[in-house]
Amino acid sequence: MTTAISLSDVTVSFNGTTALDRFDLDVPSGALTAVVGPSGCGKTTALRAIAGFQTITTGTITLNGQLVATETTNTPPERRGVGMVFQEFALFPHISVAENVGYGVRGADRVDRVRRTLRLVGLEGYEDRFPHELSGGEQQRVALARALAPGPDVVLLDEPFSNLDAPQRERMRRELRRIIHSVGVTAVLVTHDQAEALAVGDRIAVMSEGRVVQSGTPVEVYARPVSPWVARFLGEAMILDGVAEGGAIDTGIGVVPTSLADGASAKVMVRPEWVRPTVVDHGVGKIVDREFYGHDQRVAIRLDDGTSIDALLPGSIDVALGERVDVEIDDAIVYFTNDTAGAR
Amino acid sequence: MTEPGSIVEIEIPAGVPAAPPGSTEQRRSHGPWYLWVISLLIVCVIAVPVTSLALRLLDATDAAWQSLLSWQTVRLMVRTLVFTALVTASATAVGVSGAWLLARTDLRFRRAWGVAFALPLVIPSYVIALVLISASGPRGLVADITGVDLPHLVGFPGAWLALTLSTYPYVFLITAAALQRVDPALEEAARGLGASPARVFRTVVLPQLRPAMGAGALLAALYTLSDFGAVSLMRFDVFTRVIYAQYSGRIDRSPAIVLSIVLVAAALIVIWAEQRTRGDGTLFSRKPARPPSVYRLTPWQRAAGTTFLAATVAAGLVLPVAVLSAWLLRGLTSGIDVTIPFDAIAGSLTGASLAAIVAVAASVPIVVLAVRYPTGASNALERAVYVMFSLPHITVAIAVVAFTVRYARPVYQSLLVLVLVYAAMFLAQATGPAKASLLQIDPALDDASRGLGRSHLATMARITVPLMSKGLLAGGLLVFVTALKELPATLLLRPSGFTTLAVRIWSSADELLYTQAAASALVLIAVSVVPVYYLSIKPKDVVGV
Repeated sequence: MTTAISLSDVTVSFNGTTALDRFDLDVPSGALTAVVGPSGCGKTTALRAIAGFQTITTGTITLNGQLVATETTNTPPERRGVGMVFQEFALFPHISVAENVGYGVRGADRVDRVRRTLRLVGLEGYEDRFPHELSGGEQQRVALARALAPGPDVVLLDEPFSNLDAPQRERMRRELRRIIHSVGVTAVLVTHDQAEALAVGDRIAVMSEGRVVQSGTPVEVYARPVSPWVARFLGEAMILDGVAEGGAIDTGIGVVPTSLADGASAKVMVRPEWVRPTVVDHGVGKIVDREFYGHDQRVAIRLDDGTSIDALLPGSIDVALGERVDVEIDDAIVYFTNDTAGAR
Repeated sequence: MTEPGSIVEIEIPAGVPAAPPGSTEQRRSHGPWYLWVISLLIVCVIAVPVTSLALRLLDATDAAWQSLLSWQTVRLMVRTLVFTALVTASATAVGVSGAWLLARTDLRFRRAWGVAFALPLVIPSYVIALVLISASGPRGLVADITGVDLPHLVGFPGAWLALTLSTYPYVFLITAAALQRVDPALEEAARGLGASPARVFRTVVLPQLRPAMGAGALLAALYTLSDFGAVSLMRFDVFTRVIYAQYSGRIDRSPAIVLSIVLVAAALIVIWAEQRTRGDGTLFSRKPARPPSVYRLTPWQRAAGTTFLAATVAAGLVLPVAVLSAWLLRGLTSGIDVTIPFDAIAGSLTGASLAAIVAVAASVPIVVLAVRYPTGASNALERAVYVMFSLPHITVAIAVVAFTVRYARPVYQSLLVLVLVYAAMFLAQATGPAKASLLQIDPALDDASRGLGRSHLATMARITVPLMSKGLLAGGLLVFVTALKELPATLLLRPSGFTTLAVRIWSSADELLYTQAAASALVLIAVSVVPVYYLSIKPKDVVGV
């Protein structure tokens, strides 16, 4: 896979704050990359820097091998060939749908292109409507069509689903993936919603405080988060303290093998679906709460030593409050820092 | 999930620096160079009167400097500022009361009242002053008709009344528009928490109105500071009248120049005071989901409200029109030959419409820079426009005459200079609504256009300016109406053979040709009615949605 967008060591600071702090990101071409992070982490700034609306303080940005931004130079947005879908859609209110979609298209095949793009997003026959006559989902499609119509190499989407209600959001997510992949365009989407990022992205880049802390496929970042923070941000995670002892760490709910030297302290991260309780007569704890969702259920277990843990079980297993259980863990991640690990 | 036993171990690098959370605010940039080039040209035009004054200040005599520090000047300064404050306070009280009555109560015929209440805007303050003088007093028109002897309205009370009637419509128009966008949910929330209607008004409505009231009060205060006609007719000594006396009566004109500079300082004080009370006026106000709720008046309140509106409209609109009509009729019945002043109509329309076009064109780069690229420089640019608006027209005219005679002889007393001076003096009236309309436009629209391959200039032409069109129209109409009434600068700067309705009124009144003055004044009012009617029914366009 070739790299379509590359941000290298990019810093953006203004008014005394640093929005991007030595930010590195490589976006593979033809895929949908979701940049996810809590609000205020700089993800919109990153998007605006790629589009050219935000000048950068240091670093470089490359689009399809062309250097578009450095410390001193900044290719203006109109010459970057980047399509952008804005959070509130930013449709021009005074011109029709067809004129909005055709706004960035030049040349003889303009009318034809507008028609084809509208068909692609499922809005045939909407040419003469005005933005205020459309529903939120339709406005979203027009915004996407407008960004795609000039045939950009890259499409950027800023929180594209935040203005839609829940059912529309799910439908648009699937539509977006279909459209992006059928056009073959490189897409970058930013969102603060980790479930949305995992669902929609071919690749995920997790941001915190102005930098990318991890990137990879959804499975990689979810199952192998690089830090407890990433683990918690992307899903539910229990972080248990432990000390290495004879090549293993006893977490209280299971023993995790480790290469750390004896006496090194570590944090062990376990996701609820990695916890497997079995109902037994005595056991190490008991079930104190249960939330049943249908397809699955969350079971809260209080261990006899006072620790509380959650387990996510298939909906088909029936458990009752007060039942005693033994607990095993299928998977875990051990985090350590250099100062506490001792010799490896 | 990986197989059990293949546990992943990850080292967290020590000492990861924590960056402060970033904001999504755009880094300050200065904006495209051509906007600055145009803006600097505008500043050069604006700077002519100011530098001309400053240059003359350099060769001011010692006597002039001594007069600056005299008790007389201090007294004049205090009197001018107190007078301005009083007029501003009364104009704000009248304007805000009228706006609230007409925007938020169930008073009847609110639309018609709204138009009538805004219409005094079309009557020049010197015409109101003239009418008040002739109507009041033991032998005035009111005494003639009713037999009741009124005291003579001259000096301070007369000037106060005339200028309050001339300036409250500015406060009214701006506040009425702001009242329409007050979110009813906030008021309902306050009522639900047990607040009385009075407390809701004080704690919820008034704070939301503050920016609009401040803007309206600023216009009223600057108008009052620079008014010359009304205070002169009322023989009330404030800066403008004294400057004129110093200028026309003396060989050494530098005292007049020195006093003009003090007047500029007074204007800066007013602008500073408005900024201090306003806080951040550039809030992106969202359109509320519902129209504001209507307050039901008790019969007593209804009667009081109607009386208030009727009294204001009677004094500001009915009385002037009635007196002018009476003069005209008296003249016609006594066989005086009244001609329709075609040349003056043509002159007024030409000058005022060209001024409006130039001012609107100039307002676009200024507000785009001020709103989209807020830097110290672009704010200073916007302030310069207000300073220009606050200069007394007589001072500007004197300065421009001096400048053109010395440095630009070919354009001395040309239509070009007159139009440029109009546009420069009234630019603030165009930038106000233009700024309000631009603040309503989501900056993402500009970004969307840029991202679709259009240059900044093309984006302005196809997106920004079309979306600002209502604000630009409102600003253009305000400039048009104001330029139509302008007197002192027109008197001094008009080309020979060029005349306007305002000049015709002034010279006719001077020669006691009241019939001819009345005819011109009525035509002037009639011409202004259409734009002011439009502005009064579309107040949103003046100050945004």
